[in-house]
Order: sequence, then C-alpha cells, then structure tokens
Amino acid sequence: MTTTGTYTPKPGAAPVARMIAAQAALETRMLLRNGEQLLLTVVIPTLLLVLFSSVDVVDTGDGEAVDFLAPGILALAVMSTAFTGQAIATGFERRYGVLKRLASSPLPRWGLMTAKTVSVLVTEVLQVILLTVIAFALGWSPHGGPFAVLLLLVLGTAAFSGLGLLMAGTLKAEATLAAANLVFLLLLVGGGVVVPLEKFPDAAQSVLGLLPIAALSEGLRDVLRDGAGVPWPQLGVLAVWAVLGLGAAARFFRWE
Amino acid sequence: MRSEPVVQVAALVKRYGTKTAVDGLDLVAGEGVTAVLGPNGAGKTTTIETCEGYRRPDAGTVRVLGLDPVRDSAALRPRVGVMLQSGGVYSGARADEMLRHVARLHAHPLDVDALIERLGLGGCGRTSYRRLSGGQQQRLALAMAVVGRPELVFLDEPTAGLDPQARRATWDLVRDLRADGVSVVLTTHYMDEAEQLADDVAIIDAGRVVAQGSPEELCRGGAENTLRFTGRPGLDVGALLKALPADCTAAELTPGAYRVTGKIDPQLLATVTSWCAQHGVMPDRISVERHTLEDVFLELTGKELRS
Repeated sequence: MTTTGTYTPKPGAAPVARMIAAQAALETRMLLRNGEQLLLTVVIPTLLLVLFSSVDVVDTGDGEAVDFLAPGILALAVMSTAFTGQAIATGFERRYGVLKRLASSPLPRWGLMTAKTVSVLVTEVLQVILLTVIAFALGWSPHGGPFAVLLLLVLGTAAFSGLGLLMAGTLKAEATLAAANLVFLLLLVGGGVVVPLEKFPDAAQSVLGLLPIAALSEGLRDVLRDGAGVPWPQLGVLAVWAVLGLGAAARFFRWE
Repeated sequence: MRSEPVVQVAALVKRYGTKTAVDGLDLVAGEGVTAVLGPNGAGKTTTIETCEGYRRPDAGTVRVLGLDPVRDSAALRPRVGVMLQSGGVYSGARADEMLRHVARLHAHPLDVDALIERLGLGGCGRTSYRRLSGGQQQRLALAMAVVGRPELVFLDEPTAGLDPQARRATWDLVRDLRADGVSVVLTTHYMDEAEQLADDVAIIDAGRVVAQGSPEELCRGGAENTLRFTGRPGLDVGALLKALPADCTAAELTPGAYRVTGKIDPQLLATVTSWCAQHGVMPDRISVERHTLEDVFLELTGKELRS
C-alpha cells in the first residue's frame, strides 16, 4: 500500500467496555425519548402513588396509605421498565432489524444484553429517586435495611427482564405490544401493587402470591413498611422466575 | 493481489422448510467490486446473508476473508461492513446519532461529519429515523456499513428506490471504496449499476450462478448482435443475404428499416456497406447494437415475470 485514502481499510473493534457503555447510553436515550415508554415508567407510577395516597380509593389497611403504596409502586416501576418497556422496545428492535444489524457489528451479543441490562438499571435508579422523593413528600416513613431492598430490586429486575425478553424474542412486535400492556394492567391490579392481596379470596391469594410482581411488592412491603429482615420466601419466588424466564429467553429468543 | 479470494462460496445449499432458496451455488469474489445480479427470489439475499454469518449453510462451505462467517464471527465482524436491504436503525434515533454510535463500536472509524456531508445526510437534522425519506434511510444504512473502515462491505440492493442523484452519490462512494482498496460485494437488479460499478458480475437464477465474468465478457459471449440501417424501401433482402455469411439473417422490418443479425465484425459491416454501394443505396442511420448486460440477463433468466 503506497497511498492512504479516506476509506483505506483500518478495521478493528472498540474495547468491549467502551462498546457496552456506548450501547447502554444509546438504549437509555431511546427509552427516555419515547413518550409511550415514559407514560409507563414515569407517569403511571407517579399518578398512582399520588392519587391513591391522597384519595381513599382502596382500603389499604391500617397505617398511612403511602406506607402501603410506596413499596408497591416501586415494584410497579421495576416491572414497567424491566418487563413492559423492555419487551416492547426489544420487540420493535427485532422487527425493524436493529438486533440483526447490531449482530453484525463488533458488539458481541452478550455485550448487547449487558448494555440492555445497564440501561434498565439506570432507568430504574431514576424512577426510584423520583418516586422516593414524591413518597417522602406524601409523608412516607420507610423502615428496614437497604441491603434487603436492593436484593429484591435486583432479583425482581432479573425475573422481569427474562419474561420481557422471552416475549420480545418469540412473539410478533404488535403481539408483544398488546400482551405486555395487558400483563402490566393485570399484574397492576392483581399483584398487590395498589390492592392488598388480602382483598382476594384465600385460594386466589396463594396463587397470586407466586406472581413475580406480588413477590416483589410484598417483599418490599415487608421490609419497608414492617421493618422485616431479608424476606427469603419472596426472594425465592423471584429467583425461580428469574431462572425460568432468563433460561427460556436464552433458549427461545429469535434475533430476527 | 491477495492470494486467496475475498469471498468463496462452494456448493452452498440453503432451504427454508420445503423451499430451496440456494441450490448448490458456487461464487468467488476477488478484490474490487463484485455484483450479484438476479431476479427476485433468485437467492441473492440468502447468499449474502450467509456470507454475513446470519444463516448457517444446510450444505456447502462459505469463507469470507478466509474465515467461517458463523464460527469466526467475532474475528470477522470488525473487518466486514454490512448494509441490510432495509431497517437496522432504532426508529427513534436520528441519522447522525446512529452513525456516531456505530462509529463508536469501531477502533478507527471514519470522520463521521465528513461521511454525513459526503452522503448528503446533513439535512436530516433532528428528524428521527422513521420519519426520514426512503433515500435518506438507504444512505444512512450505507454510511453505517463503511464507517468502521472495513476491508470488505456487503451491500444488499444499495440503490433500490433511490432518486438519480442519490444513486450517483452511492455509485461514487462505491468507486472511491474500490480505489482505496475496500472490496465490495453488492446485489442489484439494475443492469446499468452492475455495468457501471462491477469488475465482476455473477448472475444468479433459481439458487445457482448461471454466469460469471466481467461485464464485457458477459456481453461478448454467446449472444448474437444486431446491425440496423435505413435506406430506400423495397431492397432485395434475399440478395443481401446471399452476400452475407451463412449464419446471418436480414429483414426489412418496416418499409426502409433493415436489420441484419449475426456475428457483427468489421468484415460484415464492410460487406453490408459495399452491397449498398453496388445497389446505389445510401445506408442512413447505420448502427451496430452491442448486447447489453440486460440482454444477457434476460437470455439467461427468461423473460417471464417472477413472483
């Protein structure tokens, strides 16, 4: 090669940490720019928290309504980002060939999945900060240790991510959109988020208690409202969902 | 020159269910520009996507830069640029944002601003991908394929649906890539594109390569050529035919418009003009029609419409 032109080949992958950081930043920007996503992840949890804390719509039992609601809304925030939002976004990325195109870029697949997880975690941190500030303004007085809360949030994120990616990687994008919203709505009502599980019949309670959203919201409530230690039964339920969901997603996810 | 071909496909078979998309295809692409031509459904995209590592061959072997596209994917991906037939960009991303992102995945990317300027993507501004015109989306996909300074780029129908200006811009970029030592494999069903750009053309039909060679070789080979002239109506074409070599034909298509087919060489041209001179005919508008790639293509792949 005697001369060097503009396009003279000089191939090479960027360092993998830089690729993942860039990918996570882009995914987070896409998420925060999307109006429908913000409705799910920010507007609905905030409205529910404010509305149900201030107006006596549902009987939330003894004590301040916000002490019951705040843990449930935190669980809802995790579900909205890790499950609903991630399923819809990934479903459309698959549909529009984004996953396909990225698969031929230097970014390895595990790097893409890591970046997605980072993006979900960053969004959740922003949600938790926002909702915590609002809850405090509404008179929230949380108890319990931060370690147990963190453990619940991380395992909940893993469980919901697995289920969201399973849906995104197997269904058509439109079906994912519809199903993810429907599941969001059903779990919002039946998962102990704003309606206490005790309101349901006994038989239903034992089944509903095995849902990931119920395990997360009840676990967070045990710690934050009742000052419990580490809620092992709920963590166990979330761990099983995480293993099943992520395992099935890894097995059945189709990239195009 | 590199000793091994850039792309080497041998006896490739790829089926989707009961349908055989690629049926024992052999293709060798060297340095420079290789165009893969074929009607819809011929197996162009399947072949390219197998080379890109998206599909596993059901039989046969594929080597790209000497590597296996599936097994050696990690080593190959930084060295190869890919332009998909459509999509590949977040619907909410802006053109420059997506291009900068792909650049960040590479160690020595091109200057993104210069590339945006070069491909006329500067006017996209803050418009998200889904609201870009089809031509802008195509040019962005092209830019994404080259921004990582690859050794080889695969372009799947790079100018489909482009206006003439955008098409020229794409052609110019392909020529510059070639001049700077980047190998290009592109699919197209535009004959002029293959004629303009390609060092080598492979014509694919029904999952097989039916002809391969430079555009000149393909146009020269086999097919008959045509000589036309106009003159006084009612010339004795039978007499003209007697003066010509045995395998020629001569006919008066419309009054005063004559056509001679056969192997048109300087000798035959001289024979026709001297016959005209002997008969006091001034052959107006004499023309020799070389076969175009389109003629060769239609001859090889048939004229009926494909689904």
